[in-house]
Order: sequence, then C-alpha cells, then structure tokens
Amino acid sequence: MATGTGTSQSDVILRVEDLHKKYGKDEVLKGVSLELRRGETKVVIGPSGTGKSTLLRCINQLSVPDKGRVWLEDVEITHARTNINHARAQIGFVFQDFNLFAHLPALDNVALGLVKVKKMPKKEAVVRAREELARVGLAEKADSYPAELSGGQKQRVSIARALAMDPKLILFDEPTSALDPELIGEVLEVMIQLARGGMTMIVVSHEMGFARAVADRIIFMEGGVILEEGTPAELFTCPRCERTGQFLRKITELYGETSGR
Amino acid sequence: MDCVRCKGVAISAAKLLWQSVGPLFTRGLPVTLEITVLLLLLGLALGTALALVQVYGRRPLRYVCVAYEQVFRGIPPLVTILIFWNGLSQSFHIFLPGVVAAALALGLRSAAYQSQIFRGAIQAVPPGQMMAARALGMGKLQAIRHVILPQAFRLAIPPWSNEYSGVVKDTAFACVIGGLIELTRLGMTSLTRLSMTHGIGSQLILPVLIIVGLFYLALTYGGNALLALLERRLRIPGFEMKGKVER
Repeated sequence: MATGTGTSQSDVILRVEDLHKKYGKDEVLKGVSLELRRGETKVVIGPSGTGKSTLLRCINQLSVPDKGRVWLEDVEITHARTNINHARAQIGFVFQDFNLFAHLPALDNVALGLVKVKKMPKKEAVVRAREELARVGLAEKADSYPAELSGGQKQRVSIARALAMDPKLILFDEPTSALDPELIGEVLEVMIQLARGGMTMIVVSHEMGFARAVADRIIFMEGGVILEEGTPAELFTCPRCERTGQFLRKITELYGETSGR
Repeated sequence: MDCVRCKGVAISAAKLLWQSVGPLFTRGLPVTLEITVLLLLLGLALGTALALVQVYGRRPLRYVCVAYEQVFRGIPPLVTILIFWNGLSQSFHIFLPGVVAAALALGLRSAAYQSQIFRGAIQAVPPGQMMAARALGMGKLQAIRHVILPQAFRLAIPPWSNEYSGVVKDTAFACVIGGLIELTRLGMTSLTRLSMTHGIGSQLILPVLIIVGLFYLALTYGGNALLALLERRLRIPGFEMKGKVER
C-alpha cells in the first residue's frame, strides 16, 4: 500500500487523516489530521469535551472512526483487512483511570501482554516485566495487587505495561487527571524520562509544565478540530489565534505549572 | 422377661433402621452426587456460554439465549425430568440412562439460572478492563479468557452457591425415573417397606425420612463450606467489600 497519501517518509510513525466521529447526533471529531515522527512528543490540549480522548481512541480503533484514515508507518490500520490486534500491540495506550488488570499483581499486569500477545515464554516475560517495573521505579511492588498501590504507582505500572510491548508509540489519555496532586509529579517524571529517551508519544494533558518541558509540538483542539499546532514557544508566547491564548492563560491559572524543569 | 422382649424389639428396630439407612450411604448418596456433579458441570459450561453471548454476542443470538432462559426457567424441574425420561423414550425411542436423563434435564435448567449469575458477574467487571486488554492487542476471546472471566468467576461464587443449594435439592425429583436409586427414591422404598411391617416398622418411617432430609442438609452445608473455602482461597485485594460500617 505504498501509493498516494499512504506513502510515508521513513521517519513518520503515525499519520492521521481527516478523522470524523459521531456519538449519536453529537459530532465529536470533525476532521482531524496530524503526523507524528519518530521520537516526537506531541501534547494535545483543549477544553473538555472537544474530542481529545476520542482522537486517541480512534487512532488505535478502540472507537471506530466514521470517516478518515490512520497509518502506522506504512500500514493503514483503518483498513478492514488490517489485523487490528497486531496493530494495537505496537501502540501503547495509557488510560486516565489506569485500567490495570485487577486480578493480577503488578508483575503479571506487565507480563500478560508479552505472554498472550507476543507469545513470549513465561520466564522471559517475567524477566522483562521486572526490568520495566524497575524502569518506572517499582521493582519492589512486583507482587502487589492494583488495589494495594497508590494512584501514582498504578499509573507507573500501566506505563510499564505499555513499555514492555516495545511499542512504536504510546498514547497517553490524561494520565495524571485522576491523581491526587502530590502523586502527579512521580508520573510526569517517568513520562519526561521517556520523552527525553526518544519515545514517540501523543499526550492528552493539562500539565502545562510538562508540555513546556518536553513537547516538540502542542496541539490545541476545540470543538472537534485542531485550532492550532506549534512548538511550546510559539503557542505560549505569541499565539496566533486568540482562543488558544485565552485557554492557555486559564489553564495555567488553574493548574499552575506543576512539573518539568 | 419384659426386658428380654424389650431387647428383642430394640434389636429388630435397629436392624430395620440399618436396612433403611445403610443403602442411603452406599447406593443413594453416590447416585445423588453423580447427578449433582454432572448437572452442575453442564450448567456451568452452558451457563457461561449463554452469559457470554448475552453480553458480547450479536443481536439475533442474544434473543435465542433470552428465549432459552425464559423456557427453562419457566418449567418445573419435575416436568423437565419427565420430558427427558418418559417423553423422549415414548416419542422418539431415545432411551437415556436414568442418571443422564436427570443430569441433562436439571443441567439445562440450571444453565438458564447460572447464565444470569454469570451475566451479572461479567457486567460487574468494569468496561475499562476489556478496553485495556484490547489496547494491548488481545483478541476479544483472549481478553474474555485472561481478563474478564477470572474476575467474573470470583464475583460469581456467592450467588453461585445459592444455585448449588437449589440444584442439590432438585435432584430429589429424579426419584420419578424408574430404576434410578438416589436418596429420595431410597427413602420412598423404605417408606413402603416399613409401613408393611406392623408395629415397630411404622414408627421408623419418620426417623428414616428425617435422615434422608439430613443427607440433603449435609450436602448443601458441605458444598457451601467448600465454596466459602474456595472464595477465601481465591480472594484478591480489591475484590472484598471495603469500608465496613461499624455500627
């Protein structure tokens, strides 16, 4: 499928083209397009109810878009014949409310995908899962069940679960919104490390400090469309559109700049 | 002299009682257990399948399941047993072994009830669990098997113990199957035999029937104790009720 718009420059990992999604009469996405290059971090901001989470879900097809196409490198994952499970295994997803498997200890939460999806031998998977837990600073919590972990720890386990699959990119859906303020920092710290370590990611977040610190580009969405996209410097200093500036001022006022150097 | 007679009566009473009660252990209990285990296994397998179709299946299939439930929950167990034993043999010349006919009739019925238990349990697993499994690249069946069912089965144990207690007692209806000697049937044959032995025999009818009842009591009590043990063994942090009200 190396024809027309499907042709990808070698370092474009994700291409999203004209996504539309309706829930009932409510059109949540009204034509969203974007591109993500290898190693790039894009932060998506915008008022609630503007389709940010829907955009992420439409990218890995947890929600099926009504119109539009998505390519992972040169595979069109919106194509009916594409094996969606195979595509999803290459796209990490971190949920706002963690969604750790409640019946499994942290270690098995990370190892399950390796064993069942990647068909890795159990022993190898456990070794890899321990490495990933160590990477997010939770080596000693391997045997804890989700209910025994704090929100911040749960979210770090869920990041480890995504990382273990060696994804080509990770989608973060408001990863710190469900956390107590004092737990946000530990999760952002892990994400900053990932971004600086060259992970490709799209992050829906209101953490302006994080966005400023690691975003290559910030996308401002409202009403189901991308209103503006630019580097943090561009968006923070001289927003071309007035609405983005308004939103940024309000959000900074509300949330402050919790993290990031 | 009186005492010798007393002794004689006591001995013959004990003998009569043992004749009635002994077979309950050796013949009745194994058959009742066999029917119970078979019907529970059938109900478990079919009930789980019906529940999964109802939660995840396409619309026409879901309607089939609902119809199945309505039918099997609406017919008395005694009638379903008569259908599978007398009905099938008379109309279609299908002669099932008695145990199989009973287990089939009661198992299909139990499946209808169990499917409701499992449907409730599956729906009690938060939708985010399925989403996270699918996002990892698991297929729907993989997600059901490795993520949804392990959680749903844990949630289903308490209501399932109710169903267990129900079906143990339903097996008593199998006494209408000719040649099938289970607990209740044995109770009934002793009843006939004892009422024919005058005097002491008729005095033993009530005790024997009470003993038959105690067998069922022991089965439900023992089974529920095992299920409670299973529930404790499978207990996982996060699945217990939290925030106890102290007063």
